[in-house]
Amino acid sequence: MAETRNAVELRNVVKRFGEFTAVQRMNLTVPDNSFVTFLGPSGCGKTTTLRMIAGLTDITDGDLLIRDKRVNALPIHKRNLGLVFQSYALFPHKTIFDNIAFGLKYRKIPRSMIGEKVKRALDLVQLPNVGDRYPNQLSGGQQQRIALARAIVIEPDVLLLDEPLSALDANLREEMRVELKRIQRELGIATVFVTHDQSEALAMSDKLVVMNNGMIEQEGAPEDVYNNPVSAFVADFLGHSNIIAGELDGPDQEYMPVHLSSGETLLTTRQQAGRVARVEGSKSVRAVIRAEKIDLSTENIPQDGMVALPGRIKTVDYLGQTARYFVTVNGRDWQVINPINAHPHAEGADVFMNIAARNCVILPGHAD
Amino acid sequence: MAAESARGRRQPWILLSPSLATISFLLIIPMMFIVVYSFWLRTATGADQVGFYLDNWQEVLTDRYYRDILFQTFQIAFYTTVICALVGYIPAYFVANTRMRSKTLLLLMLMLPFWISYIIRTMSWINILGSSGAINTFLIWTGAIDSPISMLYNQTTVILGLVHYLLPFMILNIYVSLDGIEKNLTEAAQSLGCNGWQAFREVTLPLSFPGLAAGSLLCFVLASGTYITPLVLGGPRDAMFANLVFEAIVTQLNWPLGSALSLVLLALLGVLVAVYSRYLGVDQIAKSFR
Repeated sequence: MAETRNAVELRNVVKRFGEFTAVQRMNLTVPDNSFVTFLGPSGCGKTTTLRMIAGLTDITDGDLLIRDKRVNALPIHKRNLGLVFQSYALFPHKTIFDNIAFGLKYRKIPRSMIGEKVKRALDLVQLPNVGDRYPNQLSGGQQQRIALARAIVIEPDVLLLDEPLSALDANLREEMRVELKRIQRELGIATVFVTHDQSEALAMSDKLVVMNNGMIEQEGAPEDVYNNPVSAFVADFLGHSNIIAGELDGPDQEYMPVHLSSGETLLTTRQQAGRVARVEGSKSVRAVIRAEKIDLSTENIPQDGMVALPGRIKTVDYLGQTARYFVTVNGRDWQVINPINAHPHAEGADVFMNIAARNCVILPGHAD
Repeated sequence: MAAESARGRRQPWILLSPSLATISFLLIIPMMFIVVYSFWLRTATGADQVGFYLDNWQEVLTDRYYRDILFQTFQIAFYTTVICALVGYIPAYFVANTRMRSKTLLLLMLMLPFWISYIIRTMSWINILGSSGAINTFLIWTGAIDSPISMLYNQTTVILGLVHYLLPFMILNIYVSLDGIEKNLTEAAQSLGCNGWQAFREVTLPLSFPGLAAGSLLCFVLASGTYITPLVLGGPRDAMFANLVFEAIVTQLNWPLGSALSLVLLALLGVLVAVYSRYLGVDQIAKSFR
């Protein structure tokens, strides 16, 4: 009976603000114990969706289920949810202990047990001795840990995180990311995480949901979404991609040529090509090649299933472990990110861009 | 080096000198005059006798009459403050939480009464409550009453006039502290199990308390020091402490007694402000005038 249940399920959920449709017929599940991330640019509807799940915004149409119960009309205080905001939202006039005990008090937990539970929550977020301090006596990172402790101490059905790391500075953010993931694993709590930061999304999620214009562009395991974007938007939003129109050519074989509009020919795999072949014989496609999947070399070493395009390096951005190049090939600039061995390639150098067929993702052409 | 640091030490004082001069000439020196006056004596001939006499102070501090009026003054100021707080909280909450684009316009409308003289505003109640005022005329017209009811010139109308005068100060102060409360806080409280009312009681109300306290202090102090409202809307038995000062100085031309009276009020209100400042801090009041 170890059947996976859904902590949250959205069925055809629509949200309109007046004339504006913020979320359009969304279908989504958040499985038990999983970490689901909504990723997208601002205004894509990710926060609105989170607020609908939380009950902070009502749903225009469709059904929202939490633990298989329809909760459309259930007010927020009756949904058993843990909510963490970007701004921490700790009660400034209450001590850390009272902040964490707040939800327990309203759940009619006996006083004796509250102390025990708060202590355990503080231990979990590794701040055992701050109970009698006030929020403004803690640093931003500590405050966010307390906000997390306050949200999980009530043992919520779902943990909702609205850009919880965005207010922290870079080093702290990475530390908290690891911490957050550890706590989520330890408690096995279904979590919805909203962010516009792709590295957070890729690092933390079991399931990544890329949103744009109030719709889901793509959902799946982070690796899947990253390697096989189904739209130019996803390809562009996650990492840096070169997206070039072209024509798919030739017979059905292991490696198939793609003639780019700029004149070069790349190879792609049958599997990649198969994703658009079903679109009624149309040969017009877009090739997506991620910047870090192009290998720069000074010599041309022919390899099976690999194309080497000669080009010249226009600019070099030195990034430490990697360098970002703009390589000009037949008048078009390609973005390339390569690890640095000893020295980055020099500006103005003639290089070959080696592109493997399996890294040439094919999308239908003229889609947008 | 030494010259430079001496100059550095002088610089703050040079920069402060305009404000220090203004405060000295307009506040501190006149106040000293009042203190000096209070020890003079007014003789039967009407001339002031210069010297150090404690007669005024003795009269002011021992005469029951003054004590009763002082008590009545603080009573009226207290009722006014409580009513302002209760009535003012609702519009302040509305303006702070409205999604209307015209928030600035609403705030401007709060300030609108200040464009009309306070005396005119106070006197307008005579046209509303007076025997040939709006209410009486309407009631006689409908036939509900035959002759006008007397509504003016009692403690209630004095309090009404004071509330009318002081409400914007209260609303503004409460608004400022409500506006500073992060919206996520009530949402967080609700997600933890509070209904709307409980979230208000646990989060919004305690966090707006500084504004409520600042508004209350301002209302109480301003109400305690007013003499126009009881003069215009009060009866002979509704005099407030400032009326005594007015009476002594303007009517009887007894400056020494008037000075002693006003210093009593100043001292008592000063104690109130000091207590407030000790526990809550006066800087909250400044926030609403930013």
